[in-house]
Amino acid sequence: MAENVTPRVRVPRDATVGEVVSVRTLISHQMESGQRRGSDGELIPRSIINRFTCEFNGTSVVDVTIEPSVSTNPYFQFDATVNESGTFAFTWYDDDGSVYTDSAEITVA
Amino acid sequence: MTNKVLLGSVSAAIFAVAAAGIGLADIRTGASLVINGEIPIVTETEPPEFLQDVFPEIYSGWVFRTDETRAMEEDDFDNPGMLYVEQGIEAFNTVMGTEGNSCASCHDAPESLANVRPTYPQWDEAHGEVQTVEMQIIECQTERMGAEPYGYDSQQMRNMASLIASVGRGQPVNVAIDGPAAETWEAGREIYYTQFGQLEMSCADCHERNYGNLIRADHLSQGQINGFPTYRLKNANVNSVHNRFRGCIRDTRGETFAVGSPEFIALELYVASRGNGLSVEGPSVRN
Repeated sequence: MAENVTPRVRVPRDATVGEVVSVRTLISHQMESGQRRGSDGELIPRSIINRFTCEFNGTSVVDVTIEPSVSTNPYFQFDATVNESGTFAFTWYDDDGSVYTDSAEITVA
Repeated sequence: MTNKVLLGSVSAAIFAVAAAGIGLADIRTGASLVINGEIPIVTETEPPEFLQDVFPEIYSGWVFRTDETRAMEEDDFDNPGMLYVEQGIEAFNTVMGTEGNSCASCHDAPESLANVRPTYPQWDEAHGEVQTVEMQIIECQTERMGAEPYGYDSQQMRNMASLIASVGRGQPVNVAIDGPAAETWEAGREIYYTQFGQLEMSCADCHERNYGNLIRADHLSQGQINGFPTYRLKNANVNSVHNRFRGCIRDTRGETFAVGSPEFIALELYVASRGNGLSVEGPSVRN
């Protein structure tokens, strides 16, 4: 079980129609690769966030497959064009089956 | 000081590499650091009086880093060190020990401790010794909370120290070096200028005489500790001052002092005083 997992997002509150806004996301997570050995010589089981998605008003913005080489606390930053007010919905999928979500409103005028 | 093994030719080779580096001109001064758009940070300023003849100016380690690393520190969202501050806040508000107290029971909010990082290490009259922030935390835990104290360099301690530094950001480092602390300060000064290890290197060899130069791939800073605890990209965690001291002495191929030892406490006081006037920056981001 991954501990201390907290998602965080940063999206501008307002934008103009057609503006390209910068979206920043961060989730604290150990991202254990499954390739390291502990002090007992045994493999430490893999425990990573394996998928990250962002949707805006139900439309997919990004859908990322994450592999074990991604380091601790994965940070994603990307641009999105917004044409209307709405909600960015973010989802992170953990190897252990946990799903973490966060969202952010943006007002487009 | 027991490890002054002579290997003159090796240390001469090291300095030849350093001398062939890119020189003082590579220190990119003049940029200003403002955290979250609201906390101005002094990253270059007049040296304290006792260093007037040594440095024209003192620089935070931030000045020596790349644009990308600098930028990470400008916004708490981009500063991974703040993840550890968050864990520190959680611990601050959690009851620990037999007295039923949390840190918040006495100190209300972490912001009430804004003056701690800028003025530590400082003389503690009751104990008759110079205390670091970590020692102060241990004192609270053992003498007032009835709690099992954090290990000096444990993750929990570094989280708490990061929190205490973060609320002091922007304030000038101002440790007292006179009065009862003077003796410890002198001991720290002695260590700073003592050559350690098989490579026979002192702190001053790199951080006073060769800052701005490259030692192999490392860009030498002035060794200021105003940015500690420091989030290092190399180990993706916050790092304590004493752990950094240990790493430096290890790199001289010397036997190091222990984290939390009287030698490192004295050295921390002395090195902190060399940065009097720079802003508290921790948790800073370094490579």
